[in-house]
Amino acid sequence: MTRAERIAALKAAAKDRILILDGAWGAMVQGKGLDVADFHGKHFADHPVAMKGNNDVLCLTRPDIITELHDAYFAAGADISETNTFSSTAIAQADYGLEFAVRDINLAGARLAREAADRWTAKEPHKPRFVAGAMGPLNRMLSMSSDVNDPGARLITFDQVYAAYREQALALHEGGVDLFLLETITDTLNVKAGIKAILDLADEGLEPLPIWISGTITDRSGRTLSGQTVEAFWNSVKHAKPFAVGLNCALGAELMRPHIAELSRIADTLVSAYPNAGLPNAMGEYDEAPHETGHFLHEWAERGLVNILGGCCGTTPAHIAHVAEAVKGLKPRMVPERPPAMRLAGLEPFELAV
Amino acid sequence: MSLPRPLFVNIGERTNVTGSAKFRKLVADGDYTGALVVARQQVDAGAQIIDVNMDEGLLDSVAAMRTFLNLVAAEPDIARVPVMIDSSKWEVIEAGLKCVQGKGIVNSISLKEGEEKFLQQATACLRYGAAVVVMAFDEVGQADTAERKVSICERAYRLLVDRLGFPPEDIIFDPNIFAVATGIEEHDNYAVDFIEATRRIKQLLPYARVSGGVSNVSFSFRGNEPVRRAIHSVFLYHAINAGMDMGIVNAGDLPVYDQIEPELREAVEDVILNRPQRDANLTNTERLVELAPKYKGGKSEAKGPDLTWREGSVAQRLTHALVNGITEFIEADTEEARLAAERPLHVIEGPLMDGMNVVGDLFGSGKMFLPQVVKSARVMKQAVAWLMPFMEAEKAGKPREQAGRILMATVKGDVHDIGKNIVGVVLQCNNYEVIDLGVMVPSERILDEAVAHKVDMIGLSGLITPSLDEMAFVAGEMERRGMTIPLLIGGATTSKTHTAVKIAPNYSGSTTYVLDASRAVGVVSGLLSPTERARLMADTAADYVKVREQFARGNTNRARVAIADARANRFPIDWSAYQPPRPSFLGTRTFAPYDLADLERHIDWTPFFSSWELAGRFPDILQDEVVGEAARSLYADARAMLKKLIDERLLEARGVVGFWPANADGDDIVVYTDASRSEESGRLHTLRQQMVKSGQGANAALSDFVAPTGGAPDWIGGFAVTAGHGELELAKRYKDAGDDYNAILCTALADRLAEAFAEALHRRVRTELWGYAPDEPFNLERLLAEDYRGIRPAPGYPAQPDHTEKATLFRLLDAEAATGMALTESYAMTPPASVSGLYFSHPDAHYFGVGRIEADQVADYARRKGWDVKTAERWLAPILNYEPR
Repeated sequence: MTRAERIAALKAAAKDRILILDGAWGAMVQGKGLDVADFHGKHFADHPVAMKGNNDVLCLTRPDIITELHDAYFAAGADISETNTFSSTAIAQADYGLEFAVRDINLAGARLAREAADRWTAKEPHKPRFVAGAMGPLNRMLSMSSDVNDPGARLITFDQVYAAYREQALALHEGGVDLFLLETITDTLNVKAGIKAILDLADEGLEPLPIWISGTITDRSGRTLSGQTVEAFWNSVKHAKPFAVGLNCALGAELMRPHIAELSRIADTLVSAYPNAGLPNAMGEYDEAPHETGHFLHEWAERGLVNILGGCCGTTPAHIAHVAEAVKGLKPRMVPERPPAMRLAGLEPFELAV
Repeated sequence: MSLPRPLFVNIGERTNVTGSAKFRKLVADGDYTGALVVARQQVDAGAQIIDVNMDEGLLDSVAAMRTFLNLVAAEPDIARVPVMIDSSKWEVIEAGLKCVQGKGIVNSISLKEGEEKFLQQATACLRYGAAVVVMAFDEVGQADTAERKVSICERAYRLLVDRLGFPPEDIIFDPNIFAVATGIEEHDNYAVDFIEATRRIKQLLPYARVSGGVSNVSFSFRGNEPVRRAIHSVFLYHAINAGMDMGIVNAGDLPVYDQIEPELREAVEDVILNRPQRDANLTNTERLVELAPKYKGGKSEAKGPDLTWREGSVAQRLTHALVNGITEFIEADTEEARLAAERPLHVIEGPLMDGMNVVGDLFGSGKMFLPQVVKSARVMKQAVAWLMPFMEAEKAGKPREQAGRILMATVKGDVHDIGKNIVGVVLQCNNYEVIDLGVMVPSERILDEAVAHKVDMIGLSGLITPSLDEMAFVAGEMERRGMTIPLLIGGATTSKTHTAVKIAPNYSGSTTYVLDASRAVGVVSGLLSPTERARLMADTAADYVKVREQFARGNTNRARVAIADARANRFPIDWSAYQPPRPSFLGTRTFAPYDLADLERHIDWTPFFSSWELAGRFPDILQDEVVGEAARSLYADARAMLKKLIDERLLEARGVVGFWPANADGDDIVVYTDASRSEESGRLHTLRQQMVKSGQGANAALSDFVAPTGGAPDWIGGFAVTAGHGELELAKRYKDAGDDYNAILCTALADRLAEAFAEALHRRVRTELWGYAPDEPFNLERLLAEDYRGIRPAPGYPAQPDHTEKATLFRLLDAEAATGMALTESYAMTPPASVSGLYFSHPDAHYFGVGRIEADQVADYARRKGWDVKTAERWLAPILNYEPR
């Protein structure tokens, strides 16, 4: 299949059923018991900064593990797997002094996922598998001050964020992803720079790929870390004309539900959700069992709240298998038509109805 | 949760350095803490959006915008509302867009610097994720009238929505609020223009919004806050009713309409709505100024127009408005008539048609003149436009009964349409439906459209001679397609003789030559009248038989001399005793743009009046007993329009002049690449008179005025000028707004300016560029009487009737690149308001008419041009002294 055909197949599948995204990677990698040499590999044997915990670099240094995880999730029933590139921007990799390798990591990450997905599609042509190019948040924010004494201070500029996301998007595009997934968004301005970087790629003649945007409501206040409500967030990113918009991370299914219900009401595109496996316990571990996650998400699907489901922190192939099983045969959410209106946002939404 | 629908969105204006001295000072002093307090106060006071503007010459606007918005982001009670990023500089806007995580509004972008820039900035807004305010501003300038406001907004909307897929609900138009009550009469209608434009934008452009900077409107009452507040309140009251959605206002200080002193409110309302003045001695502005001392203010005195006619019945008022061409009250009066009528259609069929009948009678009896009738048509159109929505709402589905349907077109290759437009308007005034296909319309399209629209007749128009041929072709095509509807012929080069001899014989249906607009109605109504049609057609046919006989007789009588004999009798110039003057430069020089204001004094007004069918010499015509009044009124309108054209740079004049070494070679003029005269860069072909001359009379050709090859070195000049860049757009804008009067007026003035340009440039050529008459004084009468040395004959005119010579001239001048002018397939120049020609410097050079020529010269000319004889006969058809085989 060409990429255009895959994208068409993805859109067709989304009309037909609830799509399943894969689950977490961090815990899975940790479970492999890798040591620092695994992270550095041959590529970065002499790299001065210790890279233990830099999971993304494994795309280059332990590709076998990454392929194994893609396979595990596809085997569990995932339609879509994410590239292992959550932190593969020059800004995030600066912590490891690895800005120079960003392009290589993204390329490798995209190719590994591509290869796995194509293999599964060949094996099960009735259920084509797709690759979402993961573009995670940055550890530096454009909307938040970096200095308690100077609310106007910023460690980074819009143009730098733009450049970082642009570099990542270019490599992911080249590596063969089917869509871009801007995820775990804590600062809407950061993601707006990412959106613009992606949209601007069209000017360079690159085939436009669907954009999937997933924000993060950080706590019970119902706001993003940068202070927006769900509706304000949607109004602020809608111009990307995303293939899907959703929420992930920070909350378990139970606490995420009201916000997903709200997004489901207002978003005139597909809605996705991939909550954590509950909230972390005192040890920082997630202990929501796979069947529990399946139970929560089944209810969402039954109520017609979602189009795409998956898992975030603490979830495993077992969780995904349960979710896939639980929603099998359920109708995906109908995308509502909203009357045209000027919808703006500050931290709160503003609507000027006709 | 979404907010409930706000009726009107208050946009806080205090965080604007151009609007708030306090905020400006805070920002300039770097007191951002204080600046944030201002922002917070506004949100607390109810501003649903805050407008942030840092456009101040002494500020680093980009840095100020960035700093302030980053600080706002840290203040949740301010940052909760969207930001309107307000700047006239795109770089400031972009800096702002990079600082807001929400979705804000960009204020503003516009067509000021052209479509490309506009689309570029709009695309950026799409990708940053922002709504946009689009100012009613285009390449020509800021829109002041309702028509311009609406047409610019519509154009912008179409570009945004159709070209970029911009969500229409994210478009906000700012149709420019300008100050009223300035004491300048032209400003009196500014508020009405805004309100009216708002109403129409909301009707016309789905989902789009209207906003504006409200405080501008009261600018002339600076320092008198109570009056300003009252003005804002009244203005908003009416603008909101018309559909204004949001405004930049001091949210904490919004006055309440109902609570304004009734006396003050009435005076303000008169000013805002530009209502008829109540006091014969005081304009509305003056009355408000008089009243202001109760609060604060000044005073003055004057008087306004006589409005006693407003006291008549609505039918009388409509008639008065139609006869006098007054649009000011037409909508209100039409509305009044509509409310009184059973159906809106009855208003048209009743009082409006009654009024137009009065106009028709006055025109028919010579008591009204063309310019006035065209103004009446404008009033009528506006009244009908007002009624249209009601008639559509009625869903009667039945179109208005028309007296007949006429298709009009300027034929292929020709671009001139003033006359056609005038005829169209006059016909419309007489209740005929006119389908105007415009200019350069190919035969096939004319006939297809005629069939498709089931028209009752076709009217063809043209100005240049090749159009005559095209008209004959169209007539033949009508015959071939078996059409039977009448064909009308009109336009400057057409004539009864040509129609009778060359056109009518091609078509078995009725063909009629129409001399001018005033005859058009008689001809059309006669041809459509079941009782008179047959008689009229028979009369015309019989008349044309006579014309043809006369023509045939005249033909045989026109004795010609052989071309060899004519050459022997060439215009004698003793070249041995003459030193041709050398131009100050060789090659071309471009004048683009040329100052329109300088052209104004060169205008020859007499042809302007004749284009409106007002005969008489200027300025005597203004005092003429019969047409004086019409001429004066037209002249006043023309002067006002001219001022507007010049002040607002609605037209652009561009010209190019060239001089080249040249010598005559028989009847050709050889143009050399350089002073060595070794290489030809082109040949200008001329035609020689062949009439039998007696006594001293010579058989002249233009080549006689240039020194022959082998003799003294001589030079020739050429020019191409236009004042027409912008004329089509402008005319279209007026036309689209139902204002044919101003459409025709601006086209006619563009023509005059082009002629004036040619005149002005020729003067510079004589005194300076060629410089053979450096001391010639400026005297308009002598200029217009061509009382000076040297000539500037144009291809296509009597001294060289062959239009195709323009191609050589344009090539030598590289006129297209230099001036943006171009030639059509019939060698008409575009833009239509253009003039080109050759310069001859010899003191004896003079204008003459080539007249009819014989087959021997045509064959020779064809050889020189590299044509076959048939082609030569086609281009020279109007001057052939024989019937080509």
